[in-house]
Amino acid sequence: MRDRQLRAREMLRGDLEGEELERYVEEKVVMTNFDKLLNWGRANSCFPLTFGLACCAIEAPIALVGSPRYDLARFGAEALRASPRQADLIILSGRVSIKMAPVVRRLYDQMLEPKWAISMGACSSSGGMFANYAVVQGADKFMPIDLHIPGCPPRPEAVIYGFNKLQRKIMGNPDQGWRQRYNAAGSEEWARGGPRSEPSPEAAEAYEQARGLISA
Amino acid sequence: MPDAPGLELIRGEIEQDHPGAVLETSFDRDQPALVVDPTQILAVLTWLREAPGQGYAFLSSLHGADYLPAVPRFGVHYELLNRERVERVRVKAMLADPGEGQPEIDSCVELFPTAEFQEREVFDFFGIVFKGHPDLRRILMPEDYVGWPQRRDFPIGGEPVTFTYNERNYG
Repeated sequence: MRDRQLRAREMLRGDLEGEELERYVEEKVVMTNFDKLLNWGRANSCFPLTFGLACCAIEAPIALVGSPRYDLARFGAEALRASPRQADLIILSGRVSIKMAPVVRRLYDQMLEPKWAISMGACSSSGGMFANYAVVQGADKFMPIDLHIPGCPPRPEAVIYGFNKLQRKIMGNPDQGWRQRYNAAGSEEWARGGPRSEPSPEAAEAYEQARGLISA
Repeated sequence: MPDAPGLELIRGEIEQDHPGAVLETSFDRDQPALVVDPTQILAVLTWLREAPGQGYAFLSSLHGADYLPAVPRFGVHYELLNRERVERVRVKAMLADPGEGQPEIDSCVELFPTAEFQEREVFDFFGIVFKGHPDLRRILMPEDYVGWPQRRDFPIGGEPVTFTYNERNYG
């Protein structure tokens, strides 16, 4: 007992090093399921992308995020990020026209893993009333959608309920499996490390060319 | 607005300078309109803009229309405005469907720079070629889009919605 107390004191002083410290940690710290903790953190600190497509965009950032009545900050998602590189949730708010679809897909591809997408409202889920030549009939034709929220526009309560569902999904960490469905295996982008974080030769060449243009 | 006799007056004056340019006039719901020969559209627009006492110097809108099955099929409409007297006059040029190829009309970008984007829009949706336009590309649809989507014989697109009601009654 006295021996343990002494070693704890040594640890706090920072005198324990190397193998001794590792043994100490193994003895003392109960490693819980770290993934669970991580997903809990992710679910409760979502960073939605500042992004709007059409009239549902009036609802999403203003009614949900900006207003005290339906405060999305209660669920830790009040910080909108202006860059897809910093966001991990994209809310498709409105119809996606066929000209906008590649742009939306590109934004989604630029977001770092792990990432989620909510299709908010009838238009982005199914084309809604725009059954015509100019609008994509459902955004899941060109990108994976985790959650569809029906409505035109959905009530704020519905969006919040949907967001809570998404939080459960994040915490459950289901195997998404969409990369196989959408032929997107190998398109992962992680924040750092990992074999996929190297740019492709073409991308590196384009980057160098762009740098040359800037410095010239 | 020029009233109906005023419109006839304008027609008569155009007739003196450009014989055969005005094919028809219409005065419907207090809106005067000149139907002109598409080959002389620039002459008429220039006349309405420059002639003393006219001064229709502002093109408030340019748009296209498809009147299928009427002949001639396409219409290009110029809504002109005199901003001093706040008077409007509409100029219509009716274009026949050439069958093969696309209907053509002179571009009025030189006259009214605002027409540049509006002519691109008409080209985008109806496939009407504006000769002399500096940059005639699609403006709203993707540039690789095929077809002229606002023509009446263009399929509307989209997907049929399979509601149970439709299934039961029409399926």
